[in-house]
Amino acid sequence: MYTEKVMDHFSNPRNVGELKDYNAVGEVGNAKCGDIMRIYLKIEDDIIQDVSFKTFGCGAAIATSSIATELIKGKHVDEALTLTNKAVIEALDGLPPAKIHCSVLAEEAVKEAIADYKKKQGIIIETHNQCDNCCREDR
Amino acid sequence: MMNNKNIYLDHAATTMVDNKVLEMMLPWYTEHYGNPSSIYSIGRESKQVIENARQTVADIFNCKKSEIYFTSCGTESNNWALKGIAYANKSKGNHIITTNIEHHAVLHTLEYLGKHGFEITYVPVEKNGIVDAEKIRQAIKKETILISVMFANNEIGTIQPIEEIGKIAKENGVLFHTDAVQAAGTLTIDVEKMNIDLMSISAHKFYGPKGVGVLFVRRGVKIDNLLHGGGQEKTRRAGTENIASIVGLAAALEKAVENMEEYNEHIRKLRDLTAQEVIKRIPETIINGDLEKRLPGNINFSFKYIEGESLLLFLDMNHIFASSGSACTSGSLDPSHVLLALGLPHEIAHGSLRLTFGWDNDEEDVETVVSQLVTIVQRLREMSPLYNK
Repeated sequence: MYTEKVMDHFSNPRNVGELKDYNAVGEVGNAKCGDIMRIYLKIEDDIIQDVSFKTFGCGAAIATSSIATELIKGKHVDEALTLTNKAVIEALDGLPPAKIHCSVLAEEAVKEAIADYKKKQGIIIETHNQCDNCCREDR
Repeated sequence: MMNNKNIYLDHAATTMVDNKVLEMMLPWYTEHYGNPSSIYSIGRESKQVIENARQTVADIFNCKKSEIYFTSCGTESNNWALKGIAYANKSKGNHIITTNIEHHAVLHTLEYLGKHGFEITYVPVEKNGIVDAEKIRQAIKKETILISVMFANNEIGTIQPIEEIGKIAKENGVLFHTDAVQAAGTLTIDVEKMNIDLMSISAHKFYGPKGVGVLFVRRGVKIDNLLHGGGQEKTRRAGTENIASIVGLAAALEKAVENMEEYNEHIRKLRDLTAQEVIKRIPETIINGDLEKRLPGNINFSFKYIEGESLLLFLDMNHIFASSGSACTSGSLDPSHVLLALGLPHEIAHGSLRLTFGWDNDEEDVETVVSQLVTIVQRLREMSPLYNK
């Protein structure tokens, strides 16, 4: 059900853990849905010098977190802000339909972390955590 | 540390067909292929072997041969029991009582009936995963036509007070159906003593073939057909009989009942050892469901701070096959309704692991699985933002 790329990032996740000297952090998702993603950034002069993640979630959630950190490392924050869930899916050679929301979470987590950095500079950017309404109360 | 031997710990999902059972089945595909409805000799011998199988099953559950109907699976048996009783008895009432931990084959069938004029009461189970029979009694009203409660739960293995509920149903003149798919072959079932009116079972849970089940229907119970067509199964269940599988079901059930004590002792020993070692070696682990009133081969853990699908993927990479109540394994975002029914918070329900033991497991498997779990759980916890150790 998962591509080799997903399984690779799941079984050998890149940039996992908490950065010692991060200066921005973003968290999305909730335990109810079964996915929480937290991205730590170390940004100097608007460049993402280092990035790491911590994720509670399924194989796809761990893989999308891992690839997202790779996709934004070394990038200017404004470029990183353009990361889309589609790019995350492509970089993983695809995701099963039921796991698309994991790629959305990765995109949102990156945006939340950058918004945290910008906020400290007095710039407010809009983010919307799509996961807030992705779980239904009752089925 | 890699494990290279396949370790199957999902016997509640399905079991391998017993070799002797398979041997008994094979001639009924090739040498004796006659249609049981035909009047010539090779048809008659097919008919006879089905009737012998029916007698075997009836003797095991202490009912009459004429009360045993062969179906294509547990799901069909449950659909037939619920829809058949609902539609045949709707002039008496439209109310059905069940629990909130039933298998989807029951829950989704009742949801369907709920959209077609029937009122369903879902009695919640207690925190230990067992329904209080008194609460079933309290839910009965004059429109109640049927109570459906599973014999034992598929996820947490909890055994329900079937005899007590049977008594309550009888006292109130309400029919009683039990989904005994997980119980048959492991627990002793006496439909007479337990006042069961309808019961579903499935062969592939006790080393029989997939694609064959039974519905027991007590004589005199008014039930509509689910499948209409030819005159098979005394005109109650149309469709050419799956002779080889029926032979396999009866043979597997007979063997399971013969070896029940030894089997239960074997799987209980492995299950208890696993539970003991996991609790000892993995902190912040919860066992879901009652520890005593439980199927001997079932254990269900929740490992705090981690998610079940990731755990299953890592186990799979190490050739260990298990299952989880995690939402991610079911294609929905909600974790198992059974674990939520126990009152577990979502994040804990997401981190569950079900191990179910069988003949092919041994103590070496337990040691391998436990040591793999120790490593995998720690690894996933270190990745988890919920874990702060």
